[in-house]
Amino acid sequence: MKRRGILLLGAILLLLPLLLPNAFYYDLAVRMAINAVVVLGLNLLIGFAGQISLGHAGFYGIGAYASAILPTQFGWHPLAALAAGAVAAAALAALVAKPIFRLRGHYLAMATLGLGIVITIVLKNEAAYTGGPDGMTVPPLVLFGFELSGEKQWYWVFAANLMFSVWACSNLMDSPFGRALRALHGSEVASQGAGVDVARYKMAIFVFSAFFASIMGSLAAHYIGFVTPNVADFSHSIELVTMVVVGGMASVLGSVVGAVLLTALPQALATFEGWETVAFGVILVLFMVVLPRGLVPTLAARFARR
Amino acid sequence: MSSQFLQFLISGLTVGATYALAALGFTLIYSASNVINFAQGEFIMLGGMLTVYFTHAGLPLPVAVALAIAVPALVGMLVEKLAIEPAKGAEVVSLIIITIGASLVIRGVIQIWLGKGTFTFEPFTSGAPIVVGGAVLQWQCLWVLGVTAAIVVALWFFFRHTLAGKAILATSCNPVAAQLVGIDTKWVLLVSFALSAAMGAVGGILLTPLTMTSYDVGIMLGLKGFVAAVVGGLGSGLGALAGGLLVGIVEAMAAGYISSAYKDAVPFLLIFVILFFMPRGLFGAKVTERV
Repeated sequence: MKRRGILLLGAILLLLPLLLPNAFYYDLAVRMAINAVVVLGLNLLIGFAGQISLGHAGFYGIGAYASAILPTQFGWHPLAALAAGAVAAAALAALVAKPIFRLRGHYLAMATLGLGIVITIVLKNEAAYTGGPDGMTVPPLVLFGFELSGEKQWYWVFAANLMFSVWACSNLMDSPFGRALRALHGSEVASQGAGVDVARYKMAIFVFSAFFASIMGSLAAHYIGFVTPNVADFSHSIELVTMVVVGGMASVLGSVVGAVLLTALPQALATFEGWETVAFGVILVLFMVVLPRGLVPTLAARFARR
Repeated sequence: MSSQFLQFLISGLTVGATYALAALGFTLIYSASNVINFAQGEFIMLGGMLTVYFTHAGLPLPVAVALAIAVPALVGMLVEKLAIEPAKGAEVVSLIIITIGASLVIRGVIQIWLGKGTFTFEPFTSGAPIVVGGAVLQWQCLWVLGVTAAIVVALWFFFRHTLAGKAILATSCNPVAAQLVGIDTKWVLLVSFALSAAMGAVGGILLTPLTMTSYDVGIMLGLKGFVAAVVGGLGSGLGALAGGLLVGIVEAMAAGYISSAYKDAVPFLLIFVILFFMPRGLFGAKVTERV
């Protein structure tokens, strides 16, 4: 089932360019892939570890601004900047999570939310480096003398990235590490009894998902060529959580489906100016009440029963 | 005490009182249902925005205020009936997400209906501000502090001396046992949402003449109210009050002495300090979890 799912995704990604009529649709596909990878990381945390991060866009923002600031103002190589951003995001996640995961309950939601807001405030205020609320341009990504540009080239970068992430995540979930995580979601006390170091596992998955988000933030910044503090803000974090919920918690393919559907949604709603927020809210509530497990796991269960 | 310090203290206490009202709302719902209601901030926003709307519609201020408290209370009950109750038994993560969804709906509807502008209305009492020790004390600040104090006393009375209040307390201690002695726990949840929403709305109404309001003020105010509730120790009424005032004062001092640009970051830095050194908050009870 899982192998088939990954193969199907690969086939779609390979054939999709035949169906994409113009740059606009390429751009949409690219943004779906970016969101899908970030959502995969976030889903590990929400779906498997049962913890919620309301500031994931903050980590994404750290990556984006690392790739914007370090090459333009300090002359770093873009790849070094990307790595520095990812390490910084991971280190920050670890620093924040350490006291939190000693506690039970939902303090991580609070802490990550605060962190995301603090990051946005810093990005808006430190205008000398970040350009303030207006944002700043990001230099193109040059690899081995070859400059990545245009939606078509970037499509293949992000498609490959997505394939790798899906493959890695589904393998991770079948590994001892993944089993420990799932046990942890089932019952923390029981898994602790079975020898799982709960705090360490939660921490590992949180740091890992922050790392993921930062890398995607960097790549997305290079692709778009411009960043504003909005990439780090609360509403972006909520969008990411919504994608996890819609696709299905603890489902690798669900993350991709959720990202695809909700990236397309604002396009579909473009004619209803201002209704996006309401639509996102209604979708969140409806899914939690009617389809609490999300699209993919619910459908999978239905097919399995037949 | 320098007059500058006194001035910061006054503004801190005033804003802190609003945070305290929001924190009391969080605490009430959390005690009754273990739900962290992320829509609490939207009730604060509704209070201010609806008062603006009703006064502009030509209603006298007292009527407008009464409506601006009643409507959010009704919205709170709707949120509980339509979103929280049908998901009964869901995980806490799911319930958090539901309340976030509800907050998006409320904010979005107000944005479409009343627009993105910034609004305010006249303070309740006109007249020259009082000068205390070199600091300026506006009449509206007294309104904020006075009404907050009155609400705290009323809540204390409600929980200590009325059957309804005791029913809510009993439900928060043990829902199953409460049901066994004949308490309608569904009703308790509905009342908690109505009361929390009304308290949030009162805070929003009182603060609007001082700080103005718009469709999106609820996010920050609500989050700071939540910070206050956690600082005080989630589930403790006294803690919510102390937490609210503390967050307000620390924020005002930081804005005055350090940097006003980073004012909004202060409560969130405070929460890290508190969670690190006093994980149960200032007044939080020691709890043992059962499996």
